[in-house]
Amino acid sequence: MAIENNTRNAMPTQAAEDRIRNFEEVALGYTPALAQAEAQRCLNCKNAPCMTGCPVGVRIPDFISKIKGGDMRGAAETLKADNNLPAICGRVCPQENQCEKYCVRKVKLGGSVAIGNLERYTADWALANQEETNSVCVERNGLRVAIVGSGPASLSCAADLARAGVAVTVFEALHKAGGVLVYGIPEFRLPKSLVAKEIENVTALGVKIITDVVVGKTVFIDELLEEYDAVFIGSGAGLPSFLKIKGENLNGVYSANEYLTRLNLMKAYKEDSATPVLRGEKVVVVGAGNVAMDSARTAIRLGAEVHLVYRRSRAEMPARAEEIEHAEEEGIVFNLLVNPVEILGKDGNVCGIRCVRMELGEPDASGRRSPIAVEGSEFDIDCDEVIVALGTTPNPIIKNSMPSLATTAKGTLCADANGRTNIERLYTGGDAMTGAATVILAMGAGKRAAKAILEDACGR
Amino acid sequence: MKNFEIVSKKRLADNVCEYTVFAPLVVKHCKAGQFIILRTDEDGERVPFTICDYSRDEGTVCILVQEVGYTTLRLSRMSVGDVLADFVGPLGNATDLSEFSKICLIGGGIGTAVIYPQAKQLFNEGKSVDVIIGARNESLIMYRDNFASNCDDLYLITDDGSSGKKGFVTDMLKELVGGGKEYDCVFAVGPLPMMKAVCALTKELGIKTVVSMNSMMVDGTGMCGCCRLTVNGSTRYACIDGPEFDGHAVDFDEAILRSRTYRQQEQAHLCNIRG
Repeated sequence: MAIENNTRNAMPTQAAEDRIRNFEEVALGYTPALAQAEAQRCLNCKNAPCMTGCPVGVRIPDFISKIKGGDMRGAAETLKADNNLPAICGRVCPQENQCEKYCVRKVKLGGSVAIGNLERYTADWALANQEETNSVCVERNGLRVAIVGSGPASLSCAADLARAGVAVTVFEALHKAGGVLVYGIPEFRLPKSLVAKEIENVTALGVKIITDVVVGKTVFIDELLEEYDAVFIGSGAGLPSFLKIKGENLNGVYSANEYLTRLNLMKAYKEDSATPVLRGEKVVVVGAGNVAMDSARTAIRLGAEVHLVYRRSRAEMPARAEEIEHAEEEGIVFNLLVNPVEILGKDGNVCGIRCVRMELGEPDASGRRSPIAVEGSEFDIDCDEVIVALGTTPNPIIKNSMPSLATTAKGTLCADANGRTNIERLYTGGDAMTGAATVILAMGAGKRAAKAILEDACGR
Repeated sequence: MKNFEIVSKKRLADNVCEYTVFAPLVVKHCKAGQFIILRTDEDGERVPFTICDYSRDEGTVCILVQEVGYTTLRLSRMSVGDVLADFVGPLGNATDLSEFSKICLIGGGIGTAVIYPQAKQLFNEGKSVDVIIGARNESLIMYRDNFASNCDDLYLITDDGSSGKKGFVTDMLKELVGGGKEYDCVFAVGPLPMMKAVCALTKELGIKTVVSMNSMMVDGTGMCGCCRLTVNGSTRYACIDGPEFDGHAVDFDEAILRSRTYRQQEQAHLCNIRG
């Protein structure tokens, strides 16, 4: 059979000039016709190379075949059997580095099948037709597991355990469940109503979520280990990193975490919000990862002129290609090979940022060419707000509350590939273990830990 | 009783109320010096308050609130039996003054509430404890009676002289030390300018000083960095490194500027809520 050389169907989006005036979702989702056309592009490869790129092992050709056959309920069931949060993954996974990277159509056959877009289409169908796809209650097996944090690693672990019959209690430090999905990723990329629905699907399995509990302060891991058969720590990445340059504590300098938390979790983008946020006229975002893009794109929606500064070149920008493109379309100015050396202030408020130009030297340990400052190249950018998006270091609360728990020099929790820590019945996964990574890697870690918890419990 | 239910509310001054909240999980491990974060309602902001007393038997935590902004004003309109949306803690580190034996506790305004559990604890440990309470005027002096049986000597001083001496807490401390009192530690809690002035004086006097920093916060668990301040030239987080710091190492000028970050927004909000 000849393979049609048709090209990948693009995701319909809000036009850039419209979307910078609202917080609604940028990507609009496939229509049924687009979904069908894209599903038809899947060659249903027997060896399914795409699946090797999926951290949670979604049976990709199977669910796409069901879309082709018009069996949406079947597609949703296949997808949800392996992915506990498919509507979220369909939106925020870096598919180009995962499933779609291994698609045989990638290079010569019109581009990889848009697996992420089809995942989103299927998951959204399932949410819209929830009653039809809700899982049934499973019989309890008597095991009780406590989970620390309610982000992607924890939710994924919780859902798998609950499906296996475990009574799961999740403890969340904030007032709302979801972790980075609710405080970090903006509404225009991941609507919070949708996160709430995905979490409802997890609680529908019998998972109990208790908010306002800071494990390591309100309760200790030791106490949880006494009360439960096992404990999983999915407490996330934690402390924001700053530049350690002069002027960093001026008013108007935010960590991306603070800026995004004020806007996403606390809804400061709404005019009547009780939580304030400074609305700069000219905002400089430092960094070039996904969180930097989220911050820059949020600032432009609040009406600012937004500049991004990054010390390396475009090729090294760690953000997803799609995020970088969207940011550029929206009018964010990229200042590449530029590094801040001082934040300038007046009366305690930011009034500018002093930078130097950089050039790329030899590759460093990470394989990326390391930037070197060009002598005498200092220049100032006027601005009234600076958002620092340079990643995070692990939160010390749990480590400090439990000195016997092994940690790395960086402060991440030590564990084997399946999340087993040095303490019996204590597991971890996600950013708490790896340092800042992606939603899907955290979900994969949560699944592996769930499996390990069940295996170890059977062996005891 | 419901979790986070207000079980008692006492007005201590024109714009100061003491709230006792049912929070059995918070009270289980809380210690003097730690704080909680609350939200009044589902759309509320997260605001930190230092724990000023607690009862493990009753499962209650007590906080003192001065009505200065949006949330504190909303709180003032809540009554006994009302339930707060959130009340999370204990956060931050407990006070550790174990290495000291002759301690002067200084409370300014509602900071007085924060030094009360310290006085109780230190005095019960058999340490020498003097307390200085400062306020603008007599009506703002609170907890006076609570201290009576929990310290050696209690000194009052007001800006206008309406209660105790006339002057500032620094005048009182200077007088006591000048009169021969010896302290190996001063623990000061109150408005930033007061703590700054106390630290300037104790540096001169060579007395080790601990302050409790009441920075703005969002999550209160180290995630956002909103509460950061400069201590000894490096950035620290009040929520996880503090809230208490060596007062002689804190950059108060920066902390004062940072406390004004949202002054404009706060004013606009107050206009809305006052109607």
